[in-house]
Amino acid sequence: MALAAIERDRPDPVPAAHPAETAIELRNICVRFTTDRGTISALENIDLVVGKGGFLTLLGPSGCGKSTLLRVVADIIKPSDGAATVLGGPPEAARRRRDIGFVFQDAALLPWRTVIDNVTLPLEVGGGAPAGRARDPRELLDLVGLSGWEKAFPHELSGGMRQRVSIARALVSGPKLLLMDEPFGALDEITRDRLNEELLSVWEKTGTTILFVTHSIYEAAFLGQQVLLLAARPGRVRELVPVDLPTPRRIAQRETPRFVSLVTKLRGILETC
Amino acid sequence: MADTAIHGAFADDNEAQAVYLAAKRRLMWRRRLLPVAAFLTLLVLWEVGVRIFDVKPFIAPAPSAIFAVLVNKFPMLMQNLMPTAIEAVLGFAIGNVTAILIATAFAYKQSIEEAFFPIAVMINTIPVVAKAPILVLLLGNGMEPKIAIAALICFFPTLVNMTRGLRDVNPQQLELMHVLSASPREVFVKVRFKNAMPYLFSALKIAASTAVIGAIVGEWIGSTVGIGALIIQATYNFDSPLLYATIVVGSVFSATFFGIISWLERYFLTWNAAGAR
Repeated sequence: MALAAIERDRPDPVPAAHPAETAIELRNICVRFTTDRGTISALENIDLVVGKGGFLTLLGPSGCGKSTLLRVVADIIKPSDGAATVLGGPPEAARRRRDIGFVFQDAALLPWRTVIDNVTLPLEVGGGAPAGRARDPRELLDLVGLSGWEKAFPHELSGGMRQRVSIARALVSGPKLLLMDEPFGALDEITRDRLNEELLSVWEKTGTTILFVTHSIYEAAFLGQQVLLLAARPGRVRELVPVDLPTPRRIAQRETPRFVSLVTKLRGILETC
Repeated sequence: MADTAIHGAFADDNEAQAVYLAAKRRLMWRRRLLPVAAFLTLLVLWEVGVRIFDVKPFIAPAPSAIFAVLVNKFPMLMQNLMPTAIEAVLGFAIGNVTAILIATAFAYKQSIEEAFFPIAVMINTIPVVAKAPILVLLLGNGMEPKIAIAALICFFPTLVNMTRGLRDVNPQQLELMHVLSASPREVFVKVRFKNAMPYLFSALKIAASTAVIGAIVGEWIGSTVGIGALIIQATYNFDSPLLYATIVVGSVFSATFFGIISWLERYFLTWNAAGAR
């Protein structure tokens, strides 16, 4: 009942599937960049609510501001307008509490550190992980299938392995929110499929809220509980599509008529973006 | 998963492996021995040329004559190498440490770079031979002006490279540090400085040989000891074998200095795929 009241109080934002508790709430977020050639509107009037423990994928054409949206939530970019609430406060507070883990497109490992030292970086800087939240880095390497590679340097790893190290790194401080910016975009399809499945099992085990940016329709549909479609120039919300596929999800499910019709639907919307 | 994939890629073919390794060893020895053979051939040609055409020793001495000087006057040559080596190494240290500190200031504050970089460029455009007399006038006739010249000559490449290394950091690595709420000191020590190491070592390798050149040029002006002074004296006395022997001593020192820096680079930058070759 209380939830219904909250729902009524917030007619604007797109409601999450099961907003038990809110992890992210964006209201009327606008981001503009000023350049020599004038002001570019990257995001316009974004309203969004993501529940705790949810998995939201962001899908849209290039230039729709997917990555910008993620950076607003991570307090890397300050919005020009609007209010962002992350885990009950401003994004900066969530960042300072070390509640946010970020996985970048190109893994962004520090090449002078071994695999294990890359994973433990978040425990060394910024005051380390909050008390009781730090996780065993070796266990995490095991979780992402990289035990035995502790002493290797990033240049000795393949792209998929590097990205798995960066996922372990993002999880080591026990974040409540995981932001992923096209993490598997540069990988071959087979590696990507495998990492997709692994990511879902990590999500199921940790209960972390995940925001996942991708430009693959299949990936968006396979991973998300909901898919947020963004339109480009300026970046704005096109539609929030709930995904009602059975869990646990397996790659084989992509052959099912339900999945195929979801993909067709998403593609149809994407074409109008 | 991935490691089984990698291990699975190795077939059990010891014979092919042995052939491959043997070919690799052969190539390695060829790379080492060919330059030595070419060098010895050229020396022999030189020796033969001097004898056949009866070239006067003061015009071009035979390698055997140079070798004789190297052996007979070895203590004297070493006595003169000592001050040059000290000047070069001290100049190298002072010039590079200063450059690293200033590059750090540049990386922290763009306005400092905007103010001082043009001045650094201007000082760098003055040729060493023109800087030397000024520094001798300023610093006297001891080791100081030579150290200063060696330092100045090392300074610029390191300043430029180090500044670039501290700046050219992958933006996603900086975003990562921001998300981790790392302090500016942590960003500098754990990201920027490490990132600058390959750039720094490229500059240090250049500096290792130019520092020796700086010290030698410094000794050309009113010095009585050192490789530079010996070069001037030998030239004025038409003592070509001594001149050549001095040059050999100077370059061997310079090459050794360069070798030490290269070894340090390999030792410290094992992580750098490009540098680990």
